[in-house]
Order: sequence, then C-alpha cells, then structure tokens
Amino acid sequence: MATVIVHTAGLLTTVQDRGRYGYQRFGMPVSGAMDVFSLELANLLVGNDPGDACLEATISGPELEFTGATWIAITGADMDPHLNGQGIPMNTAVDVRPGDRLGFRGLRSGCRAYIACAGGITVPPVMGSRSTYLRAGIGGFQGRALMPGDEMPLGEPLGKPGLKKIPEGLIPEYKHEQTIRIISGPEAHYFEIAGLRSFLSTEYTVTAQSDRMGYRLSGEPIRHKEGMTNIISAGISLGTVQVPGYGQPIILMADRQTSGGYARIANVIAADLTLIAQMRPGDIIRFKETTLVQLNQKTSSFK
Amino acid sequence: MELKYIPSGDSAFIIKAGDVISEEVNLVVRKLLKRLEEENIPGVTDFIPSYNELMVCYDPAKIGYRRLLETLRACAADPAAILLPAPTVVHVPVLYGGEAGPDLHHVAEHNRLAARDVITIHTSADCLVYMLGFTPGFCYLGGMDKRIATPRQETPRLKIPAGSVGIAGEQTGIYPMESPGGWQLIGRTPLRLFNPDSKPEFLFSAGDYIRFYSVDKDEYERIAAAVAEGTYQVIRTPKE
Repeated sequence: MATVIVHTAGLLTTVQDRGRYGYQRFGMPVSGAMDVFSLELANLLVGNDPGDACLEATISGPELEFTGATWIAITGADMDPHLNGQGIPMNTAVDVRPGDRLGFRGLRSGCRAYIACAGGITVPPVMGSRSTYLRAGIGGFQGRALMPGDEMPLGEPLGKPGLKKIPEGLIPEYKHEQTIRIISGPEAHYFEIAGLRSFLSTEYTVTAQSDRMGYRLSGEPIRHKEGMTNIISAGISLGTVQVPGYGQPIILMADRQTSGGYARIANVIAADLTLIAQMRPGDIIRFKETTLVQLNQKTSSFK
Repeated sequence: MELKYIPSGDSAFIIKAGDVISEEVNLVVRKLLKRLEEENIPGVTDFIPSYNELMVCYDPAKIGYRRLLETLRACAADPAAILLPAPTVVHVPVLYGGEAGPDLHHVAEHNRLAARDVITIHTSADCLVYMLGFTPGFCYLGGMDKRIATPRQETPRLKIPAGSVGIAGEQTGIYPMESPGGWQLIGRTPLRLFNPDSKPEFLFSAGDYIRFYSVDKDEYERIAAAVAEGTYQVIRTPKE
C-alpha cells in the first residue's frame, strides 16, 4: 500500500477531515479543516469521499514523497506546488509515480492549502474522526503537527473521477480585503448602537494572534452596554463572533472551545468561513449583515 | 420561562430555556436534548447543552432552517412531559491536602476553618454537573457549600496536574488535563476525566452528580494503578 513520507513539514501541516462531531457536549472541540469547502473539492478531484482526511498546510507547504503510484490534488491556498521540480496546477488531479516528490515554492494567495491523496490519509480515527486537535494531542498523526520523517498510510483509492479540474468560477478569489456576511448574534443587544455601527461599518484587521482556534481582529473597539460584557457560559458555533470586554472581535474557528462566556455579537455564515480561513495576519475584514430569510431566498433562486 | 429560538448563524440554532443558572432551567435543557436526540433529525450534526441553552448544530445543505425550526418547536412543545432517567451519583476519590492540594490550608484560613472541616464540607454535598466545556471533560459544577468559597489565586499557576480538585469563588471543579490556572487546589483525584482510548471517553455527563470522598495516599495510589491498567470500576449509584 502507498504511503506518504514527510521530508520537510512546512510551518504547520496537520491531518484534517470534516471534524469530530458528537462530543461537543463533553467540551470536545470539533477541529477539522479550517476551509471545509477546499477540503471537499480536493477530495472530489481524487475520487474520495468529500469528508476524507487530507493534509492542511498553513502559509508554507511541506515536502512530501509518495511511495506508490497514486493521484493527488491541491486546493485552497496557492503555494506554487511542484512535483519533482516541475510546476503543477492547482485544483487539478495530478498523477504521481513511486518516489515522486511534492514541494511548494512559496505562498502566492490564500493561507491554507489542502493536499488530497487518492484513498485519503488513513491514520487511525479517534472518536470518529482523523482530525488533529493539537491542544489535547488527539487524532491526526500522533496528535501533533507533521514532522520530518513521519510516514502516513494511504487508503485504497475508490477510482478516478471524471472531473479532472475544478471549473474556475467555483473557486473564490482569496483577496487581502474581504466582505464577510454575518447574521446578528444572540447578544447583539448587549452592545451600544455606536458599537454595532463600528462593527458593521469599519474595517477590522486580522492580527498575528490568529490561529486554528480563532481569528483575533483589531479595529475600532465595539462598545458593550454598561456591565453587559459577559454571559452565562453557553455554546459557541463555527463562525461565532464574540467580543470580550476590551471590544475587539474574535471569530471562532475549527479548534474553538465548545462554550464561552463573552457576548456573541454575530455569526459568520457558513459559506464565508472558507474566505476567512484563507486570510492572513494583516488582511482586512468588513462585516455585512444578512439574515436567514435573505440567505434562504438566494438558495431557492438557484433551484 | 417560555422557550426562545435564536439563530446562531446559518448552521446552529439556540433554544434558550431561561436567563439564570438554576437546576430547573438546566433540567429543561437536558430534557430537550434527550427528546431531540430521540427525534434523530436528518441534517442535525451535534448538540451543545449549557446552563440555560441548548445549541442545535445543523448542516444547512441538508436541512433548511424553517423545517428545522418547525421540528424543534414540535419536539419542545411540552418539556414537562419529557422524562429523564434517575440521575447518577459518580463517586470521586480525592487525596486532600499535601502536595496534591497545596492550597487546602489557605482555603481553611480564608474561611476560618480547620483543614479537616474544609474536607468534611467539600465531601458532604452532591454537586450537579450543569454542563461540560472549556476543555475536554471539564465540568461546570453547582452545589458547593459557600462556607468554603475562596477567591482565585492572584497569580495563576503555569502548570496544574490533571485530576487537580480546586475552588474558584463559589465553584468547585476538577482539571481534566494538565493546564495553567488560578484555582485554589485542595486535592487531586486519581480518576481520568477524559480518555480517548476508552469507552465511554468521558467520566461525566451533564446531569450527573459528583460526590467527593476522601482517600489516603495508599488508596490514591491503588486506584491510580487500577485506572492506568484500565481495571478500575468507577462507583456510580442512583441519586436518592
């Protein structure tokens, strides 16, 4: 059976699938791919189940060697992928032979690349998922980020799909400034009108303190009403925007804690989380309000 | 209070059962969780029960919010009619004081008690597990006697061993994993609150009660060894 050997690891490369569901009631974060849309596209190109485990590379890519003939696809951030020194296209199924080496020359757009291999990365699942949760050292490859020398098994390929390349219109543009749609949160009324205005009409910059747990933003402080900073600890969902007392918003992402005690001003809609996951420190976010009713009308008009 | 349905983005709904921390409100949350789990709604991916809310996570590609909301309302029409099994008391052995509980004497002094009184009070009340969160396996407990309430440490410790039992204000709790923290540490349990390799993976569920009991060093070591071997039988009794 084919395996993947890690020669260099890149900045932060982990095994991720769609995430570990069913245990949030015990305080277990979901984890999983930050950009689930790109994970699913990568799997689609190699004929996997859309939720199979891939490698998620952050900012800089790993150098990998394949021990058997297989085919791979890279989606998400464009890190200028090369196979044996020859450039290969993004969002496209590529054949690899035994001994082939995949490397990346540098980040050209986005933040996180997804590397899918036919058959998926078949590290043992933990609690129903192969996703790595770094803080508790669970799942993925020995519960940690990949390191040189690691060797991971690949599953049995399901067969080559007809689709060789993702049509370009389907891939969002990873810009340094994005407008992100949000739905008003359960504690939007905890904020001053001026605070809500700041949130919806000024720019927020992604700070360096952003990681798989959450994106910490910095911009005009969002003022709470007097004494209305904290709530009784309650659930947090993917894309929840919470605002601690100092007034700077945090967007909760894949490794988010399951519950929190800060006022939840809004939630990023599922479709726009893929854009956030591809943003880097220094990038700029503008929030734009939408509603479930509006979103639903849009979906219906496609049908 | 009437239940409130609040969207949390386009992939989760919150059912809010009240605005306070109380056993009654939390009971409604747990009843709704049981009822909705039984309903097995296609497209629902997970539940997060907390003190006063139940978060229902769903995949908007699989179920529209209108249909989900209808189903939630129908299932939650009469929470009083939903029956829960009798709660379980989980008995938790604790080695109090010494190296395992370096702040036991501080808690005693703060409350003008003898150290043994702190232990007696801490082991005398059953604590309800309102919810789990913060880190895997961490329980938010209610029911600690206010006579041993003690503010957090001013400077948090960088490393607190897993199993440490502490007090923060009017709350008591157990650290499931080694982590930094500012709780006053009064003891340590040899039990593992979270073990991904065992079934079930978590020692406690929301709705359980915890009853602490004092063990000596020998008993602590004996239980710790059995836990490591996977042969320890956790003591669970029905709540009377």
